[in-house]
Amino acid sequence: MSVLADVLARSRAEHRSALIGYLPVGYPDVPTSIDAMIAMVAGGADIIEVGVPYSDPGMDGPAIQAAVDPAVKAGVGLRDVFAAVSAVRAAGAVPVVMSYWNPLEKYGVGRFAADLAAAGGAGAITPDLIPEEAGQWIAATDVHDLDRVFLLAPSSTDARILSTVAASRGFVYAASTMGVTGVRAAVSDAATTLVSRIRRLAPEIAVCVGLGVSNADQAAEVAAFSDGVIVGSAFVRCLLDSPDAAGAKAAGTLAAELAEGVRRR
Amino acid sequence: MTTTPDSFSYPDSTGHFGPYGGRFVPEALVAALDEIEAEFTKAQADPAFAAELSRLLRDYAGRPSPLSDAERFSEHAGGARVLLKREDLNHTGSHKINNVLGQALLTKRLGKSRIIAETGAGQHGVATATAAALLGLSCTVYMGAEDTRRQALNVARMKLLGADVVPVTTGSRTLKDAINEAFRDWVANVEDTHYLFGTAAGPHPIPLMVREFHRVIGQEARAQVLERVGRLPDVVAACVGGGSNAIGIFYDFIPDAGVRLVGLEAAGDGVETGRHAATITGGSPGVLHGARSYLLQDENGQTIESHSISAGLDYPGVGPEHSWLHDTGRAEYRPITDAQAMAAFALLCKTEGIIPAIESSHALAGALDLGKELGPDAVILVNLSGRGDKDVETASTYFGLAAGDLESGDPVAGDPA
Ligand SMILES: Cc1ncc(COP(=O)(O)O)c(C=O)c1O
Repeated sequence: MSVLADVLARSRAEHRSALIGYLPVGYPDVPTSIDAMIAMVAGGADIIEVGVPYSDPGMDGPAIQAAVDPAVKAGVGLRDVFAAVSAVRAAGAVPVVMSYWNPLEKYGVGRFAADLAAAGGAGAITPDLIPEEAGQWIAATDVHDLDRVFLLAPSSTDARILSTVAASRGFVYAASTMGVTGVRAAVSDAATTLVSRIRRLAPEIAVCVGLGVSNADQAAEVAAFSDGVIVGSAFVRCLLDSPDAAGAKAAGTLAAELAEGVRRR
Repeated sequence: MTTTPDSFSYPDSTGHFGPYGGRFVPEALVAALDEIEAEFTKAQADPAFAAELSRLLRDYAGRPSPLSDAERFSEHAGGARVLLKREDLNHTGSHKINNVLGQALLTKRLGKSRIIAETGAGQHGVATATAAALLGLSCTVYMGAEDTRRQALNVARMKLLGADVVPVTTGSRTLKDAINEAFRDWVANVEDTHYLFGTAAGPHPIPLMVREFHRVIGQEARAQVLERVGRLPDVVAACVGGGSNAIGIFYDFIPDAGVRLVGLEAAGDGVETGRHAATITGGSPGVLHGARSYLLQDENGQTIESHSISAGLDYPGVGPEHSWLHDTGRAEYRPITDAQAMAAFALLCKTEGIIPAIESSHALAGALDLGKELGPDAVILVNLSGRGDKDVETASTYFGLAAGDLESGDPVAGDPA
């Protein structure tokens, strides 16, 4: 069983894609970031990626790093992340943690899985963990019935698509462009090609697409060929522009726009 | 712990040195790493590649580098015989050129036209810019904004050589952030770009490849010491930043169980102050920059900023093979403070007429201690990984040599030798 697969199946039954919003915990501070997540849920986000701040976010662009640096300096850690997970759950959406590997390894892989399950989290997305290195994580997520989301990229071979899908539970994350996170003007062709390759090789798994979506039109475009539209930097931008209650509210407004986008036919 | 002379079989086929190493990277880079691994394996089996690389190392870089008896310096090392492997005499002034020429040739075999690199002290950036000019590749070097200030001379050198130098202003604005920025560039441009990593760290196969390109240091030195002294050295000493010069000189001595391998880490103000870069002495295992290894981290797994007077050692991580050599007990790692390193720097200048890199001065300081511990019968081989021209300004400030202030600051005024 998989909480993420269930919520994605429900969206599909409604003939739409799910909206997945990312926000790191702790920017501008822990309560405001949690308020923003709750506003995103109210705006229509189905799944919230609760981001763990990390000092060396090698896969992220300038917007996310700008938000995460102060959170790292303020000492935001997994205890705060679990609080955000519980708050998202209480608000009625599905929380999934997004984290680089070292903070989880340092906390203890088994302990993290147990505490995440206790907080009501569905699982975790691990952008710098490939299945070959994930033995401990796979075991811990099996014990606690958690989802584990690995990434695929346009450069992934067919063999890697198959092995990564086999290791994943919930969905696979298709990184739609070669590059780091950030808002982009156009949805890349590479995304459609990658998703159709995954569908052909592994029709059973849900595929969500991320990197670069910032508005309802792009969300509609990506929704047309994916099970879930992942939006990160655009939400972070709301709080960077206005690091306060107004920014949290703006994240909610953006979620409502994007939620309309993923429902367009 | 046990000594394992069969360390020669590491890494395993998936890039692990015991629990260390591996690949902790975004999926988008896996194909590129696989491609590098395949091409590197082919190149290693290709006599034409070996011939071209040794031709460049000989005719362009100036190998083999000499072995110098540091006779007057040795008097300060308990009378032990200190031998210097002179990587400072290589073209561009450090060991870095060995790895750079190897990887630049590999870039051509990969059919890529652009190389990117990170640099701390600027030595790796200069070496990379040099190889790019030589082989007609375009070159971008990422350097922490803090380091572009500390190492202004090397910034100018890279620009003269035709490279773009990008100052990095994210995070701590030093080497670790330059590496993050270079990885970002690589993910976005991997089709035409090779990331020419400057030390024996990072995801598999980088630690293996960088070691293999630097092994020449230890191979030459082992033969030179045997010929000069008639036996193997008691100790091989090298400074450890990411670990490339150290693994290069250590590697061929690993099966020689009687030879102690000692890595000297930058202890900055002292490991106990928290302001240091002594990753193995003061850190713990974790994941940074694509591999599992020792690193400086806090209780949340966030990387702690390192501190060292030496830009080239100012890095909170270390290559995975050193972590493994440490845990197995085959190598020892010791901390050397800024003050110890600068005293050894000054001593080598005055006793041997060699201005060493501040990085290498950490190894020299280690040799002074080891010599006193082992006594006059000992033979200590030191990797003099680079020359100190780039450090003249730092040293002038440190010793107060600027503005005619020579009296008060003369570091070895009372030198008995
Ligand atoms: C002369 C010299 N030695 C040593 C180092 C440290 O690097 P590594 O530990 O990879 O040899 C540097 C790095 O810039 C250097 O310039």
